[in-house]
Amino acid sequence: MAELALHIDGLTKSYNNGKQALKGVSLDVPAGSFYALLGPNGAGKSTLINILADIVRPGDGSISLFGHDLFADRAWCKRHMGVVPQEVAFDPFFNPREVLKITSGMFGVKPDMTWIDELLGRLELTEHCNKNTRQLSGGMRRRLLVAQALVHRPPLVILDEPTAGVDVELRRRLWDFMRELNAAGTTILLTTHYLEEAEELCDHVTIVDKGTVVADRPMRELMRDVAGRYLWLSYGDDFVLTQEDEVALSAFQPRTNGKGVSLTLRHVEGAASSFHAAYEAAVTRFGPPQDAGVRQEDLEDVFIRLTHENDDKVNA
Amino acid sequence: MWPVNPRGCWTLFVRESHRFLKVKMQTIVAPALTAVLYLMVFHYAMGNRSVPGLDVPYFDFLIPGLVMMSMLQNAFANTSSSIIVGKVMNVHIYLLMAPLSAIEAIAAFLAAAVLRALVVAAVLLAVLAPFSSLGFEHIALILFYGVCGSILMGCFGIIGGMWSKKFDDMALISNFLIMPLTFLSGVFYSVKQLPPMWQQVNNFNPFFYLIDGFRFGFIGVGDTNPYTALWVVRISTLICMGACWYLWQIGWKLKE
Ligand SMILES: Nc1ncnc2c1ncn2[C@@H]1O[C@H](COP(=O)(O)OP(=O)(O)OP(=O)(O)O)[C@@H](O)[C@H]1O
Ligand SMILES: [Mg+2]
Repeated sequence: MAELALHIDGLTKSYNNGKQALKGVSLDVPAGSFYALLGPNGAGKSTLINILADIVRPGDGSISLFGHDLFADRAWCKRHMGVVPQEVAFDPFFNPREVLKITSGMFGVKPDMTWIDELLGRLELTEHCNKNTRQLSGGMRRRLLVAQALVHRPPLVILDEPTAGVDVELRRRLWDFMRELNAAGTTILLTTHYLEEAEELCDHVTIVDKGTVVADRPMRELMRDVAGRYLWLSYGDDFVLTQEDEVALSAFQPRTNGKGVSLTLRHVEGAASSFHAAYEAAVTRFGPPQDAGVRQEDLEDVFIRLTHENDDKVNA
Repeated sequence: MWPVNPRGCWTLFVRESHRFLKVKMQTIVAPALTAVLYLMVFHYAMGNRSVPGLDVPYFDFLIPGLVMMSMLQNAFANTSSSIIVGKVMNVHIYLLMAPLSAIEAIAAFLAAAVLRALVVAAVLLAVLAPFSSLGFEHIALILFYGVCGSILMGCFGIIGGMWSKKFDDMALISNFLIMPLTFLSGVFYSVKQLPPMWQQVNNFNPFFYLIDGFRFGFIGVGDTNPYTALWVVRISTLICMGACWYLWQIGWKLKE
């Protein structure tokens, strides 16, 4: 088995007010992966990350980083991870360059000015590096937060919504930078509410909801097995789907869809999907359609479906 | 956690020192001005007559007290303001995220507090000494009381900062605990001038011993014997440092 950058087993957390934010979360982040931790607001993502960062006290459970027990060897683990917290805050006494120098020193690393300048450059902060942090815009501050997490060159980088409030173009460039770091061997764990970005970037995804894991799969597998694909066929205004039709096509879970029918496609070993079988069955039953298409669920659809299913389970 | 990160500790010390050096007007010039004002006020109110029971000129008595009072207040201000500002602005999380042991964090905070107290003391002495005939009779006592007092107050500042949730809580501690205790600790008068009951009350004020011992170092006389207080000061400093270390270690009121 590949080395794990992060291994979390049965992590729980209750806040002082009784709120149970994590109810036994387990996840394994393989070294070198680009890992998405997704979930709706209040799912417990930041709680988990803040426990890793030593900002929030843990409940039960065990955590290890590259095989080192987090609670037994905090100092080692802290030096080997860089965390971008969700909340943006800076010491008003210092400018970005000073902030990075101080952070480097606090992590026990002699400030490497070449690397600091490169970070400032890559995160487009060079022209602002002598301003007081108070004079930076929200997006600039968040980029500085990212630079801060990278300054001691950690092999595991954890980003809690690093692109919230960052404009489209800079967001792209930030992701390009993250991809480069990942290609060079850095493991990246991120949370984001921009699901298309997660789908595009990440090779593994864990979805949490209300403190429990509702999905934990390689991205490709999740999109292949869980994301639905539908074949829709239109047959004009007076189309009706009868009870008999439903029984005959039950393998494809047919549903009426406006002027026609929508059939669920499954993944089939050896073929890309059950597209051909579904199409044949529909044509046999209803004749050739007036129009047809395939709709692919994206991560957003999967996300909404899984978290809703979880709601139903929790409420039941 | 055992000390593992000397560079981190040094960086935090430099950061904490920068914080007061960047606002010199407020942290160094202002206390000096305040002290000069006290001196002027008391000069016109009392003249430079000698202090009853101690037989030293009033200014020689007053100046070391003023210096020590400023040292104590500044050491307290340095740690407490840093921690409460960090908490209110949520920047204390970077301190928690860094691989610094509790010992290193506390040592850096206290060292910066002592540095600020020493800088303030040096400035005040330079400004005030010309108005007096002060000698430095027992330099070791001066340093001992100056440094231990600053460490003690730095510790109180750390604990107060951790306890406070907002600036208001901090103002409460400063104005209702620290200010009265330092003001009523025999800076401006000899406790021998107080009625007996108040002398008794005064014996329970820890700042009284610090200021009296410090002053003894300059003028060679005092209200108490500074050598008997040595151990009390040593032990209470160690206990306070231990308390800070422990509270930091468990993240008292810093972590949820
Ligand atoms: N300091 C706290 N005290 C009490 N409850 C808290 C605290 N912080 C978070 N919670 C609660 O814990 C739960 C998880 O919060 P958390 O911040 O981890 O969510 P999240 O997944 O990061 O959400 P978001 O996407 O909005 O950032 C929420 O119900 C929240 O109300
Ligand atoms: Mg969050």
